[in-house]
Amino acid sequence: MQIDLRTVAIQPQRQAFDHLVRRFGDKPASRYQEGSYDIQAAENLHYKPTWAPEKALYDASLSRIVMQDWYALKDPRQFYYSTYTLTRARQQETAEANFAFVESRGLADMLSDELRDVALKVLVPLRHAAWGANQHNTFICGYGYGTTFTQPCMYHAMDNLGIAQYLSRLGLLLGDTDALEAGKQAWLDDAAWQPLRRYVEDCLVLRDPVELFVAQNVALDGLLYPLVYERIVDEHLSARGASAVAMLTQFMSDWFDETRKWVDAVLKVAAAESEHNRDVLQEWTRSWSARAASAMVPIVELALGAEADEAVGQQLAALTARIQKTGIPL
Amino acid sequence: MDMKVTKKKLGLKEKYKLMTRDLGWDTTYQAKEDVFPYVGYEGIKIHDWEKWEDPFRLTMDAYWKYQAEKERKFYAIIDAHAQNNGHLNLTDARYLSALKIFLQAISPGEYAAHKGFARVGREFPGVGTQVACQMQAIDEIRHAQTQIHAMSNYNRYYNGFHAFADTRDRIWYTSVARSFFDDAMSAGPFEFMIAIGFSFEYVLTNLLFVPFMSGAAYNGDMATVTFGFSAQSDEARHMTLGLECIKFMLEQDPDNLPIVQNWIDKWFWRGFRVLGLVSTMMDYMLPKRVMSWREAWDIYGVENGGALFKDLARYGIKPPKGWDDAEKAIDHMSHQFMLGLYQWSFGTAFHSWIPSEDDMNWLSAKYPDTFDKYYRPRWKHIKKLADAGTPFKNYGLAKLCQCCQLPTVFTEPDDPTLTCHRETVYNGQKYHFCSDGCQHVFENEPEKYVQAWLPMPQLFQEPINGDLGAWMEWVSLRDGKDNGDYAGSEDQQNFEAWRGLATTNQ
Repeated sequence: MQIDLRTVAIQPQRQAFDHLVRRFGDKPASRYQEGSYDIQAAENLHYKPTWAPEKALYDASLSRIVMQDWYALKDPRQFYYSTYTLTRARQQETAEANFAFVESRGLADMLSDELRDVALKVLVPLRHAAWGANQHNTFICGYGYGTTFTQPCMYHAMDNLGIAQYLSRLGLLLGDTDALEAGKQAWLDDAAWQPLRRYVEDCLVLRDPVELFVAQNVALDGLLYPLVYERIVDEHLSARGASAVAMLTQFMSDWFDETRKWVDAVLKVAAAESEHNRDVLQEWTRSWSARAASAMVPIVELALGAEADEAVGQQLAALTARIQKTGIPL
Repeated sequence: MDMKVTKKKLGLKEKYKLMTRDLGWDTTYQAKEDVFPYVGYEGIKIHDWEKWEDPFRLTMDAYWKYQAEKERKFYAIIDAHAQNNGHLNLTDARYLSALKIFLQAISPGEYAAHKGFARVGREFPGVGTQVACQMQAIDEIRHAQTQIHAMSNYNRYYNGFHAFADTRDRIWYTSVARSFFDDAMSAGPFEFMIAIGFSFEYVLTNLLFVPFMSGAAYNGDMATVTFGFSAQSDEARHMTLGLECIKFMLEQDPDNLPIVQNWIDKWFWRGFRVLGLVSTMMDYMLPKRVMSWREAWDIYGVENGGALFKDLARYGIKPPKGWDDAEKAIDHMSHQFMLGLYQWSFGTAFHSWIPSEDDMNWLSAKYPDTFDKYYRPRWKHIKKLADAGTPFKNYGLAKLCQCCQLPTVFTEPDDPTLTCHRETVYNGQKYHFCSDGCQHVFENEPEKYVQAWLPMPQLFQEPINGDLGAWMEWVSLRDGKDNGDYAGSEDQQNFEAWRGLATTNQ
């Protein structure tokens, strides 16, 4: 039996803040809407930045992409700080349990030297690439326009840092501090890593927030995550008995599945805005994904040897199809 | 046989180093100055970023875990607060004026800090520094959002909250806080850290948050208390970061000292002016008061600030230049401010009022040297006018200070009967200031402050052209609802009627 508790009923004066009523109509707003829309100062900015006096403090013209309303670039996950943190906290618990499982069962010691070596060689230097990704997403958040677009980039940047830290722990667990040192050395000097390092460093001097978004989150991640975590870890290593490694990288696989939905949504809305945007996005996705693919080849070779070319080629085709689905002809 | 290889034992510090600064590297394909283009022009010399001491050691997994715990509690409480008509537990709806000012002026500042910390979290060449700044960047968007969410339920029942995104950019008094944060963000990365990380978060934050959150607790505002408590451990991290940053700059090169001192002087005074709003809240706007502004200043300004500057003296840092003038203003500023707000209350999206006899007695006890002598007579006169049906309204426009953007309502430091007014001519134009402190700030960087957007001249431009009704529409101020005297306001009538429903059988 349902019993209705009686409470004092009083009539609300309004349903939502004015700016949300203007956008979504006169109805209650969600917490995502309240925490995201129009919360960046938009008018009457007081001073020009001393670091770029020809620009405004918040300046949409930092990008070649033109949006009539940058808030159209919304996040389908509807992440605001709370939902973001709660989601990652749950994933973090799983990751912790996975690390504990591998450690307590001594699974790392059961890996063959050969597979352990491959895992360390491919995964450990990637902690530096993840740090690069952190730099780029922090940049996009700082200089991009409109909170719905920039807020998920801050979350993404912190995720990139978290991934760099999980990779460091993986290195310490499967190897030792020596493994991290060797990984850094490889990142800095080994021929196999130089194309990727150059890619990351070239991105460090890009100052168009949306181009950086394409170069990092669309092109590079779009190839690197499937190639490394699906093709190499889940398929190649697991098939040979190193599924412990897959447990240690579950966070990265889950994360990529989740975040690509947001990345695609941004591309889709930006491309649908105008022909101009579509042309610019086409140019960027084309050139950056080609570069990312060639940077990935020598890294994939470390694990797959001669099959690397084919694996990267397949993944590039898959990425191209994915981008085309967002409305950008390639 | 145990095949396990014994691994090197890592200390906490060493381990954290591997999780953060070891991730970075010196770029070789791109020049350092192209990767970090903004770090040199302010003249701060840093020789070794490795010397940076991490102010806290928090890896992302731990961050997610702790923060999620706090988020769960926070939203559980504000949901319950909304569901149970928690707003009817307020001492009085007058209290809401303080919250309305907070949402319109301070929450946007949290957002600005979020953007600013994201920028410096990218621009500083040291990984340790970057990570600490990035964490503050994500914390600050948290604060902006928890504040908006906590106040959202008040917006459903009371006036003055509904247009905060419009008033933030357009109404006159929010430009005090807006110009403060815009000033910090338009500065270089090191000055930003002194402005927000050190002066605001370290020197002044206790004066803002402690009275505010205690005021909320004293006045039955569970929603605000909850975001205050929830933000506290974040704030502790931010304070440590601010202090570490200033020490780092001072330790790296002796040439940094005069630059840093100049910023401390500037940002102390800028911050002190913004806090004028807090003084008014503490002395006038809280129906149940926590302590006077004077008492808060003695604890959080004189005692804590004094200890801090004693600690920094070993680097050659002196207390901020405006410190003595600030001390002289403490017993006057809240009264001068509230008198200003009252006479211009037709143009504010919050209510003000004439203090009751009880309130005035409290004020004269807290301000024995100033209230009865200078301010009670003025309130009495204003009360007389109101009783006669001719309330005092000043439809003349306030003269705003070109620097802090407050109306020039303050008096000379040594003569409370004389309005303080300073002028500087720059490039043939005359600029007005409320104090020596603001004039000095302007004269150090006139090319910056001549750009300031001033809300009063805007009144005579498109789309307003001097028409008050058009202005109200432009700032989304609903005349007769959001503004004016609390006595007789819709907020007052509704609150009393609703509370009657909740507490009586009428």
